[in-house]
Amino acid sequence: MSDFPRWKYALVALVMLFGVIYALPNVFQPIPAVQVTANRDAPPIDEAVRQKAAAALQQKHVVAGEVLVSEDGHLLATFANSDVQKTGADVIKDALGDGYTVAFKLQPTVPRWLTAIGANSMPLGLDLQGGVHFLMQVDQDDVIDKQETSYADDIRNLMREKKLRYVSANRNAGRGNGISVAFRTEAERNTAADAMAVAFPDLNVTNGPDTDGHFVVTAKVKPDKLRELAANTIKQNLGTLRNRINALGVSEPLIQQQGEDKIVVELAGVQDPAEAKKLIGATATLEYRAQGGSDAQAAEAARTGNVPPDARLYYERGTGRPILLSKRIIATGNELVDATSSFDSQSGSPSVSVTLNATGAKKMLDFTTGNVGKRMGVVYVERVVDTKVVDGKEVRVPKITQEVINYATINGVFGKNFQTTGLGSAKEASDLALLLKGGALAAPTDIVEERVIGASLGQDNIEKGFKAVILGLALVLLAAAFYYKLFGLVADVALFFNLVVLIAIMSMIGVTLTMPGVAGIVLTLGMAIDANVLICERIREELRNGCTPHAAIRAGYEKAWSTILDANVTHLIAALALTTMGTGAIKGFGVTLMIGILTSLFTSVTLTHAFTALIHGHRKLKTLSV
Amino acid sequence: MEIFNHDSNIHFLGMRKYTVAIAIFLMVASVALIATKGLNYGLDFTGGVSMVVDYDQPVEIADVRAALEKGGLDHAVVQALGGTREVSIRMQPKDDPAALQSADGKVNLDRIAADVTRTLQAARPDAKLKSRDYVGSEVGAELRSDGTVAAIFVILGIMAYLWIRFERRFAIAAVITEVHDTLVTLGILALVQREFDMTVLASVLAVIGYSINDKVVVFDRIRELFRLARKAEPEEILNRSINNTLSRTIITSLFTGITMGALYFYGGPVVHGFAITMLIGIVVGTLSSIFVASPILLWLGVSKKDLMPVTKENPELARRP
Repeated sequence: MSDFPRWKYALVALVMLFGVIYALPNVFQPIPAVQVTANRDAPPIDEAVRQKAAAALQQKHVVAGEVLVSEDGHLLATFANSDVQKTGADVIKDALGDGYTVAFKLQPTVPRWLTAIGANSMPLGLDLQGGVHFLMQVDQDDVIDKQETSYADDIRNLMREKKLRYVSANRNAGRGNGISVAFRTEAERNTAADAMAVAFPDLNVTNGPDTDGHFVVTAKVKPDKLRELAANTIKQNLGTLRNRINALGVSEPLIQQQGEDKIVVELAGVQDPAEAKKLIGATATLEYRAQGGSDAQAAEAARTGNVPPDARLYYERGTGRPILLSKRIIATGNELVDATSSFDSQSGSPSVSVTLNATGAKKMLDFTTGNVGKRMGVVYVERVVDTKVVDGKEVRVPKITQEVINYATINGVFGKNFQTTGLGSAKEASDLALLLKGGALAAPTDIVEERVIGASLGQDNIEKGFKAVILGLALVLLAAAFYYKLFGLVADVALFFNLVVLIAIMSMIGVTLTMPGVAGIVLTLGMAIDANVLICERIREELRNGCTPHAAIRAGYEKAWSTILDANVTHLIAALALTTMGTGAIKGFGVTLMIGILTSLFTSVTLTHAFTALIHGHRKLKTLSV
Repeated sequence: MEIFNHDSNIHFLGMRKYTVAIAIFLMVASVALIATKGLNYGLDFTGGVSMVVDYDQPVEIADVRAALEKGGLDHAVVQALGGTREVSIRMQPKDDPAALQSADGKVNLDRIAADVTRTLQAARPDAKLKSRDYVGSEVGAELRSDGTVAAIFVILGIMAYLWIRFERRFAIAAVITEVHDTLVTLGILALVQREFDMTVLASVLAVIGYSINDKVVVFDRIRELFRLARKAEPEEILNRSINNTLSRTIITSLFTGITMGALYFYGGPVVHGFAITMLIGIVVGTLSSIFVASPILLWLGVSKKDLMPVTKENPELARRP
């Protein structure tokens, strides 16, 4: 006699199989490796490079597991431990020279048949593998400052254009308080206010207090616009950071927005944060420059080094094409207000629309008036400050890189607004817009949190965490088997599979495993047994009340269910709150706890019920081992 | 095997005047402790610089402190991290004046770390820097408010659920006991001055989840017994519910306690605070489930008719003789 439906058996078997398969990848420990990437100007990685690296390692007696060229064109060398990895990286760096970026990596060893079905091991948090962690705050105030200053300019220009007389137009004291424009008469003020409202739809124009014969209009940037700007600023900073950190060659860097105005950067395997900090702290600007010579002249100059006196030699980003540009700057990034990618209304090709502020627009207008048909280039200038110690004193050495990001023909006279058309793809357009904004608008960032976790500490934490999980599990398994006998053993199977399924789900959705996450796993193990305790106690009670064994099992599961559900839902509410906390460590703990509660509901109730039914279902019972 | 006599009928509610008085006293004492001694906030909340230093040979905390003072780093807080060879050093950036001069007002973690390592190695060459952290002060303030919001969210969420699933009085009793458990746990942390860092905050929130679990199990039994009983004397029902679930309450606490013990002894310093807070919370939560939650329920005046499942009135039936 069994009241357990067949489909539930099937479900339990399926979940157990799923758990085992998707948890399996975590058994395969990743091994320390060094990954080499070829920089833009260096020859790509091939067999020759591989042999050079392998030979250098052999010569210095560094034992490498494997040295191979991966499918995606990287050179990979694996090592026995992180100490050898470090020496190995140094040897390879010396052997290959500047053209290659050498980075630490943990090379997964999960077999291909597992990765093919999407089964991967859990990514490890920094506290488990070592690395650097930065939390950066983006200075949103700077954005407001720039906007208000630019609007103040624009308003003055508008007054001039419309021939409206005004007394003064200045930013109000206090950031975000807008711009005050004063007039002599009320009529003047009203015409101007109307004109402003029409010309600047993003401004809220209101009449201010009238003092000593002055009539005042206050223009504030609309809150919606400010929010949009703030969101964009973070996006630009994220994009710029991503570009710069890719240059570091760190495998799988984590660059993520946290909260409203913060960015987390986590670089696994990096032990010296100096290089990363330098790149993060870099500042970028833009320069619009006129054509300084033909393509032929540029190629000539690049070859011989003879640059025309009024020109400078630049190289194009990505292609490395030489370009001659005039020494005179037309406009700079400070004068750029906005850059967005869109599609050209006439040709339909991807384009970037640029908006300049009043001063930039005037210079641009002056320049383009006389230069239609000529070309203009945009130079992206990045300044990285390096601190070196010379004679015991710290000296700041700026390193400047300049690249042409766009070189296009001027098709007509323009000033404030213009478009760059004829870009290859929508992606190219959005990249260019991002670069333009990155060079002009990205807000300054401050590092508000910095953690450097030694590689050995990470290894330590893994071992300790593993030990704690195994020991916690073993003790509970023993105690349950001892106290509840056969039912305890069934609960033990369930608890073990709870751990397996929990790990499987965490691996599948890619939850990063951290030390608080490990604590969450251990806590889940301790609390998951609660449902079984409830069921077993209930069955004992029913037996005492004189139920037959089968009836006791049925009543035990039925009556315990409502209690288990209530207890778990309330617990789930608590776990949910933990996941809403902004910071990574607590979030990891909350997510683990939440998944653990859900999996334990299944394993402790449905899975044990299936096993119990399987054991007791078809037999006549006199007693129960509980 | 049974540890607890299943026929146990301890008159828990008979002691309610004393147990609740003790609970109130503990709560007041906890608030006083938190207010006067305060929580020993860790780096995550206060901001500052923290380093983990390893020694090859065992080291005395006093020696590390002396070495730092000799190097002019007076205000550093030195703590042992499980064992005698690992110490944590916590300080404010302004405590290392040398490192502040060079940087343009910004904290130079690398410089401070180098200073500390140099100072320590002067006294003991086997000192090795294992990790270093810097947290800005405003980050900590934000975390504190996030934590408070999360705790309030948990308590209100649980209250709403119990209100819907059980009844108003159960929700109120649960929340009052919840607040008691949280305050007493925090009070003990303040008393022993254990470092209160982010993992401990996570643990305190987990304690709320754990202890509500316990209360709900008892409440569930109360509801069941009320519905079954023909003549329902509330005090009698509540007492029977506590006794019936007593074995489960204690066994579950033991099981969870075992795992937290494993975490405490083998999980390493990172999760020490977490495990110890959870252990405190388990004890407090278990005791309050037995001694505090039900008396409150009784005083709130819980009765059989509040808990009967709502049956639809059938006008057809009512008309019948």
